[in-house]
Amino acid sequence: MKHTLGASLRHDSALSHATGQARFLDDVAEPAGMLHAALVPAPVAHGRIAALHTAAAAAWPGVMAVIRPEDIPGENDIAPIGSGEAMLAEGVVEFAAQPLAIVVARTRDEALAAAAAVTADITPLPPILSIAQALLDPHWLVGPHTMAQGDLAAAMAAAPHRLSGRMELGGQEHFYLEGQIALAIPGEDGDMLVHSSTQHPTEGQHVIAHVLGEPYSRVQVQCRRMGGAFGGKESNASWIAAAAAVAARIAGRPDKLRLPRKLDMAVTGKRHPFLYQWEVGFDGDGRLLALDARLTADGGHSLDMSGGVVMRALTHSLNAYHVAALRVVCGAVKTNHVSNTAFRGFGGPQGAMLMDDVLGRVAHALGAEMEAVRALNFAGGQNPAETPYGQALEGDLVRRVHAEARADAGWDARRAEIAAFNATHPTLRRGLGCFVSAFGISFGIPHLNQAGALVHVYTDGSIRLNHGGTEMGQGLFIKIAQVVAGVFSVPIDSIGITATSTEQVPNTSATAASTGSDLNGWAAHNAAETIRDRMAGVAAAHFGCPVGAICFEDGEVLGVSGNQRLTFAELAKMAWKARVSLSATGFYATPELEWDMAAVRGKPFFYFSYGAAVAEVVIDTLTGEHRVLRAHLVQDCGRSLNPAIDRGQIEGAFVQGMGWLTSEELWWDAQGRLRTIGPSTYKIPGSRDVPPIFEARLLESAPNRADSIFRSKAVGEPPLLLAAAVWNALRDAAGRPHLDCPVTPERLLMA
Amino acid sequence: MIAFTLNGAPVTTTARPTTTLLDWLRAERLTGTKEGCAEGDCGACTVVLEDGATRAPINACLAVLGQLHGRTIRTVEGLARDDLPHILAQADGTQCGFCTPGIVMAAWAHTRQGGDAHDALAGNLCRCTGYRPIVEAMGRMADDGATAAAFAPAAAEFGDFHAPVTLAAAVALRRAHPQAWLLAGGTDLGLRFSEHREHPTVISLMNVAELRGVAATPAGIRIGAAEPYAALMPLLNGAFASLRPYFARLGSRQIRAMGTVGGNLGTASPIGDALPVLLALDAVVETSVRRLPVGDFLRGYRRHALAPDEIIVAVELPMPDGPLLAEKLSRRHDQDISAVSLVACLGPRPRIALGGMGPMAARAPGAEAALTDHGRDAFRAAAAALAQDFAPMDDWRGGAAWRMAAAQGLMQRLWLRLAHPDLPAEPFAVPA
Repeated sequence: MKHTLGASLRHDSALSHATGQARFLDDVAEPAGMLHAALVPAPVAHGRIAALHTAAAAAWPGVMAVIRPEDIPGENDIAPIGSGEAMLAEGVVEFAAQPLAIVVARTRDEALAAAAAVTADITPLPPILSIAQALLDPHWLVGPHTMAQGDLAAAMAAAPHRLSGRMELGGQEHFYLEGQIALAIPGEDGDMLVHSSTQHPTEGQHVIAHVLGEPYSRVQVQCRRMGGAFGGKESNASWIAAAAAVAARIAGRPDKLRLPRKLDMAVTGKRHPFLYQWEVGFDGDGRLLALDARLTADGGHSLDMSGGVVMRALTHSLNAYHVAALRVVCGAVKTNHVSNTAFRGFGGPQGAMLMDDVLGRVAHALGAEMEAVRALNFAGGQNPAETPYGQALEGDLVRRVHAEARADAGWDARRAEIAAFNATHPTLRRGLGCFVSAFGISFGIPHLNQAGALVHVYTDGSIRLNHGGTEMGQGLFIKIAQVVAGVFSVPIDSIGITATSTEQVPNTSATAASTGSDLNGWAAHNAAETIRDRMAGVAAAHFGCPVGAICFEDGEVLGVSGNQRLTFAELAKMAWKARVSLSATGFYATPELEWDMAAVRGKPFFYFSYGAAVAEVVIDTLTGEHRVLRAHLVQDCGRSLNPAIDRGQIEGAFVQGMGWLTSEELWWDAQGRLRTIGPSTYKIPGSRDVPPIFEARLLESAPNRADSIFRSKAVGEPPLLLAAAVWNALRDAAGRPHLDCPVTPERLLMA
Repeated sequence: MIAFTLNGAPVTTTARPTTTLLDWLRAERLTGTKEGCAEGDCGACTVVLEDGATRAPINACLAVLGQLHGRTIRTVEGLARDDLPHILAQADGTQCGFCTPGIVMAAWAHTRQGGDAHDALAGNLCRCTGYRPIVEAMGRMADDGATAAAFAPAAAEFGDFHAPVTLAAAVALRRAHPQAWLLAGGTDLGLRFSEHREHPTVISLMNVAELRGVAATPAGIRIGAAEPYAALMPLLNGAFASLRPYFARLGSRQIRAMGTVGGNLGTASPIGDALPVLLALDAVVETSVRRLPVGDFLRGYRRHALAPDEIIVAVELPMPDGPLLAEKLSRRHDQDISAVSLVACLGPRPRIALGGMGPMAARAPGAEAALTDHGRDAFRAAAAALAQDFAPMDDWRGGAAWRMAAAQGLMQRLWLRLAHPDLPAEPFAVPA
């Protein structure tokens, strides 16, 4: 028990996952009289709605209600941050599949069939279907914001070499295996209980309250677990929950809204695609002297969370590098795509791709080894460590992860072997690539960096733990349970893990931005410590010793002498008899954060997480097919709360990032309809795509220098960036410094 | 009444025979089997069809109850808790856990079937773990030795769902129900149950004796139209050996456990993986009334030569009269519909057929004529000739220009396979 913290404990639900006993929302017994809701998607990407015909659907067998925008009891607004984002399109359709109406029926089949019977008269308007098209006459959803330092014009003019580039980077579908789902149960006096597969119960609560026209206090949102989320169950889960709640309110009965996979993929937001346009000035060694870059995100039709994505892309656009004179401009344009949203990394990966595009092309132009150019430009060391927005990177860790990943991979030996292979094989070419990342940890909006927890100790010594974080497979619940078990020094089995609920811990932030264990870990720690201190007082009084001498150890509570000994359960009961509260809330706010988005200046991150990867690929010059042969990853997790869970995050994120940059392509037809909907057309990595040699490890002996829980570091998002090593390896193998992403076989062959 | 064995116990149901097994299981509160996609591509609904000592993983979203009458099914709830699930859990092989029961069932079938773990997992997607711990855990799983009763087909009828066991009965039903669907394994038509929620009249051909069986003879291989691909795989040896890795990429084990050559012919899809093989081999399609070359059977985009009351009985693959080579190109190596497929039988008069290059799978007459010998120049000339043979389509699986360029690349890859059999010919053949 002394070693609960930092131990590689299994995911708390691992066995129940594998036996099928773990209940996801659709597995929970349905309330009597429950109805089913279905959405009516718009058939066109852009158009003016002249009429919505719902009579045929209303007459469909089993249909209880057809909900039109004007039927929404509160506001038709599901905006998570701003305002004015319609749940049901009013007046204008802004993307193909945008919901026009909700059908509620006795069975799901009836609801889906009736939804298909709704028609609309829509006068088509020309859609905007790409960033390039949007930039001809941009409607900015965000920014553009400018990050600048130094005298760019002078530095660019004085640079011995100049180069300009353009790159396109595609979006990404989350493809959580469990699709979007919510179950709404109306109660008395306007109450609404919604079970939602959500990363953000509190936002769900707010959005539901807005559409119902009720105070937040009347709405409860609960989530035990999600079958994957990856950012796709923040704002998207909120409006799905809101739609279910409106249907339940109007039908007066519980209802469930579960999206069919294809509709889920068509109607929910993705990772933001980006367009990069840049000019760089550099010297003969490859040292970057001046950088003028424009990063434009496809925000989709509405704001959603694009502001945060732009902020993170901008602050990560220099990644781990220093450029003395620069201007980086980043904004999000409006298009007639589904509104793009959070996705693991939240703009950070998109931002961080800029420098590797630049460094790769500069190295190619000079005929230099990319790794030498990379090392020359690292922040810290011989270069300043300070980012253009004012927060310093740790140059020693940047260099350490780079060196260790290259050593793990045996870089020089690989280079020699690859050269020998390429010299002899008639059609296949191998390549080697690296990537280094510095990922800032904290929500970009400082006030979101807060968390609450609620801990109860019962008189038998068992403990019930609740906190604002949600479980989506990332192992948050076991990590927080480890923290609490550590505070009380009790076995992990003493900790009862519970569903996240707005009723238990209010006003929470999303489980997002990799902050889940950082924020909730401290909050739960503080709650547990409050109770432990009270219990220590009871024990001290009982033993007649100073409170400071009381020690919680291995399920026992010890005083100063050998016979001053109670079990944890005995002390719990004693505290109850002494009328001492065994329940406490805990709260945590990340210290010292400040951010001025207008100035692009401040200390937005509590700390940085560093990582590096080396990947080796082989490509077929006849077809463009490719495969990753090896990957070596080193990820900084500080002093890990749970190395097994962290390794799982590192490996899973890398493979997900690999999919984003290679096989996963969002393909819209000329009318703006997404056609890669469903796993038959949208290809996430399969098991064979994982490199046969795949070594991921945690950076050793590197406790967080910031005062994080247990000196650990966040791990959810940072390793996703490491997949860019695969992109670099593909560029190396192809001998082409410019490769747009995703690098499908088609893009590789036709580039 | 539909009756089958579920997790070792007999069950009966009056549910509609076109109800998917997945929907039925979940309504029966056996919720370990999950719906991830309802199109047979994610594997979250994987259950195992048991038949004597054999185990076949199938997608419960594509199988309908009428097909399962008399069968034996096992779901995750029917496994011992301390066995495979425990091994997977201890290996950190679960994160969110939603794909996990399907993976456990695929793994349970794999302990009996053996072979490559990636072949066993090709039909199961996991978005969280990166698969490494799952593959490692599968290496530690052993066959529990359990067997089930052997399946004995018997004629059955459940309302509009007809499951004959003789060809004569099937043809008679076809004449009586000209609008009925002819359902073989259902890996394509099944989408219309699972996604489109249709409930048509069905004539299920799976149990028709004349449509089953596969046999290798000195003349070649004869496969029943309703025999699943899984049964064909072990016979792909000798002159047919190159088809084994090709068919190993047709769908997944789940798809090959149900999908049939007859179904591929019956849908006449432009991207059906079997069709270029049949064309390159000049296969013979045997129907209830005649025998005809596959080239005469295929008539255009999803069109074929079958008369309204005619049923495909079997396909004969003649012994190749020269090297037989088969190439498949898709965005992902496993469980992906081909962007381009190319099969060549390089006998005295070469036959080359491609899929994905037009409205139907078709021979490449120009390339065939250009291939005067097996030298690199001849393959280059054949590759160039493809530009006259085909005008490929432009869609999400690939643009027309890439399809053509890559098809030409595949043609040149044939040379590499013949001239340098020692060298890996494509990325997935390269050892790490």
